Amino acid sequence: MNQGIWPAVLGRFEWHELPFVRAWENPTASELIGAGAALIVIIGAIAAIALITRFGKWRYLWTEWLTSVDHKKIGIMYIVLAFVMLSRALIEAVLMRMQQAAAISTPGFLAPDHFAQLFSTHGTIMVFFMGMPFLVGLINYVLPLQIGSRDVAFPLLNSISLWLTGGAAGLMMVSLVIGEFSTGGWSGYPPFTELAFNPGVGPDYWIWAVTLSSIGSTLTGINFAVTIYKMRCPGMRLMRMTLFVWTTLCTSILMIFAMPPLTVATAMLALDRYLGFHFFTNDLGGDMMNYANLFWLFGHPEVYILILPAFGVYSEVVATYSTKELYGYTSLVLATAAIALLSFTVWVHHFFTMGQNADINAVFGIATMAIGVPTGVKIYDWIWTMFRGQVRFTVPMLYSLAFMMTFVLGGFTGILLAFPPLDYLVHNTLFLVAHFHNMLIPGLLYGMLAGYHYWFPKAFGFRLNEKWGRISFGCWVVGFYLAFMPLYVLGAAGVPRRTQGMFDPIFRPWLYVAGVGALILFAALGSLFVQLWISIRERDDNWVFAGDPWDGRTLEWSTSAPPPEYNFAVIPHVHQRDPFYGAKRGNSYAPPTSYSDIKLPKNSVTGPVIGVFGAATAFGLVWHMWWLAIIGVMAIIATVIARSFARDVHKIIPAAEVERTERRWLRAVAEATPIMREVEMTSANQGLAEVSR
Amino acid sequence: MSAGEIKHTGLNLGSTDELTHEQAGSAVFGFWVFLMSDALLFALFFATYGVMLTATVGGPTPASEYKILPAFLETLALLTSSFTFGMASVAMKHGAPRRQLIGWLAVTLVLGAAFLGMELHDFATMFGDGAYPTRSGYLSSFFALVPLHGLHVFFGSIWIIVMMVQVMTFGLDARVKINILRLGLFWHFLDIVWIAIFSAVYLQGLIR
Repeated sequence: MNQGIWPAVLGRFEWHELPFVRAWENPTASELIGAGAALIVIIGAIAAIALITRFGKWRYLWTEWLTSVDHKKIGIMYIVLAFVMLSRALIEAVLMRMQQAAAISTPGFLAPDHFAQLFSTHGTIMVFFMGMPFLVGLINYVLPLQIGSRDVAFPLLNSISLWLTGGAAGLMMVSLVIGEFSTGGWSGYPPFTELAFNPGVGPDYWIWAVTLSSIGSTLTGINFAVTIYKMRCPGMRLMRMTLFVWTTLCTSILMIFAMPPLTVATAMLALDRYLGFHFFTNDLGGDMMNYANLFWLFGHPEVYILILPAFGVYSEVVATYSTKELYGYTSLVLATAAIALLSFTVWVHHFFTMGQNADINAVFGIATMAIGVPTGVKIYDWIWTMFRGQVRFTVPMLYSLAFMMTFVLGGFTGILLAFPPLDYLVHNTLFLVAHFHNMLIPGLLYGMLAGYHYWFPKAFGFRLNEKWGRISFGCWVVGFYLAFMPLYVLGAAGVPRRTQGMFDPIFRPWLYVAGVGALILFAALGSLFVQLWISIRERDDNWVFAGDPWDGRTLEWSTSAPPPEYNFAVIPHVHQRDPFYGAKRGNSYAPPTSYSDIKLPKNSVTGPVIGVFGAATAFGLVWHMWWLAIIGVMAIIATVIARSFARDVHKIIPAAEVERTERRWLRAVAEATPIMREVEMTSANQGLAEVSR
Repeated sequence: MSAGEIKHTGLNLGSTDELTHEQAGSAVFGFWVFLMSDALLFALFFATYGVMLTATVGGPTPASEYKILPAFLETLALLTSSFTFGMASVAMKHGAPRRQLIGWLAVTLVLGAAFLGMELHDFATMFGDGAYPTRSGYLSSFFALVPLHGLHVFFGSIWIIVMMVQVMTFGLDARVKINILRLGLFWHFLDIVWIAIFSAVYLQGLIR
């Protein structure tokens, strides 16, 4: 393949780049695991295609989902993507824990290079392809419903963002089958990731996957912010919005301001690698410290992009399952805004040891500790919300409680790390790994799972199985403590992070405990899927079509479950905070006096086309297949221009159809039995709450 | 909702087209937010340029490479094009004959192309002097910042062409009007960025 036209067509691809060939040539455990992973991706893709063909669902999938610009469907697709990527990254985590437990004074079963790829993909996926899609998916589903809107401000842009994220995630999966991924960690620090030390395709996969998804996230942030500013229903003043909408607003603003630094950092690294620029090289005036600043100028706000929406979920969940108004609404809003603002003032704490002067470190250390204050305010507000409430320990509530305990613990170790002198001792050790998992597992994952359980009945019309939800919850919590508390000990003892092997048998018991923890976390994910399977099988016992299974307080619960495509037959008028809680005490299920036609955006192929060509461009750039990259870019530009000429972009849902849909729902509401809170977890729950007046 | 209400910053359609004016609120506001994030992109490239200004590694320096006359002519071309685009916006808003709108857009396009031509000529001269981006950190940062603006002007020019075709195809429907409002913001934004480049890159480099 080194002669003729092959280099022009295939770029730098060689047969050796396929993990199967590598495993054939050199059948070690490490290579076989790599080939096995590639095989799983291929079999998974073939199985999915076969199943869809077998059931003849291609047309349905294309018209109802892939080309849809409905915020609810886009939200669900984001969350499906998040679960797929969560599965991969969690398996990688288990492999790493097993390797470290196995490799005490022996090489273990993973080669160092393979181990490095695992921690790089694990981090990249968990941040960009699990965390971001999950929270963007939840926001997509819930935000327009909570502000009484029929969609987001730019529905087509929403679909484009989804597809850019999806294309980037696809690139991550392709990197398992063709070539290899970066060994430079999720932060991709040069000069290690520069051409001089890393000439292969790994860092390029990282650069383009992250760049595609960060462009998608910037557009998402713009979309959500404009939606909140411009699309609220009459009477929905800023201080009447739910806390989830407030945290979404702050997250969106962070996305608008924090994603560009990442784009700049990856673009400059790409210029270095592709065109021989000298931004971060070791020679000719390059300066990697500029990369550290740019990356963490994104990286720290990113932490709050991930965590704030979870704070929003907890605020909804705690208030609903305590049947109480959220305590300290104003202080929660202010605390959220304060955290968002402070998140831009602390980025240097990610590299206290880089060599800047001590005064700078002190300023950033103090700013870091200051973030603990508004976060503490929030914790107290949630506790006071529960105080003397009618607290029910449903699965989302359990996640909220586990979050409060665990997050505070992680916060304490964060305060420790904020001391620059102490950071000098434990930086780059497992202590840090334990700390950020201690923040992000409760502060992101638990929140997303709480939201998943809380809004699932709204999205699909039936409740999730409670028993398996509890089993999964137990595994997530026990698994977390077992997997990460030992890492604090090991880190304090000086074990560096990202180490493929250990040389001191004294670490053995701690590594074994952490390994068991990882397996329990894997079981937690497994039980989530079991729960979904059982819930779907038993759905006929658990329908909540009337739409209000938890005695909800906010507008999304005032629609059927699932809501109609247009969300609200008549745009609601709001007179107070927790509008549905108040409305239920009046005449909230009365039919409107008249129905009118509703105008909605039509499906569009623009999103899928841009996503596919975006991924193709990235793939061409990774492999130096310049023809593919050029075709991809031209196709994207042509698509955007062609779309700007489309004029038939709306459809009308006639008033008669709206009336039929609404009547069917109102009939179901009239037939449903209102239930007390004590039986909301049983089949008696038909989605209608008994209202005490 | 009165037509006199200001829906967004910049030129409002107001009472000239009340229906589109209503829609323009979130459409144009969204574009402002996008420009804010684009401005941040430029800010970071400016910051990087500032940091790397001294990293000339014995190679070409700002004083040896920048020439005031071409930079000044480029500034004139771009600033004038902002004025002509303003005339196009006014023609669009007040329903002037279509050829007036097309004419002003065409003049803007010509000025934009003239700017790009002069800029490319500058770059070619620098390359001829041995001042290319792989020579030093300073030149890397220069060739990331200034051509990034040029790339924006290039895509802005393509956008102008697309809008001229759309005006001829659809006349002034709501989407054409809103997109001309957005394109106007984009074009004026590039002017502001250029003023920053002219002052912080060219003038500052020549003063030393």
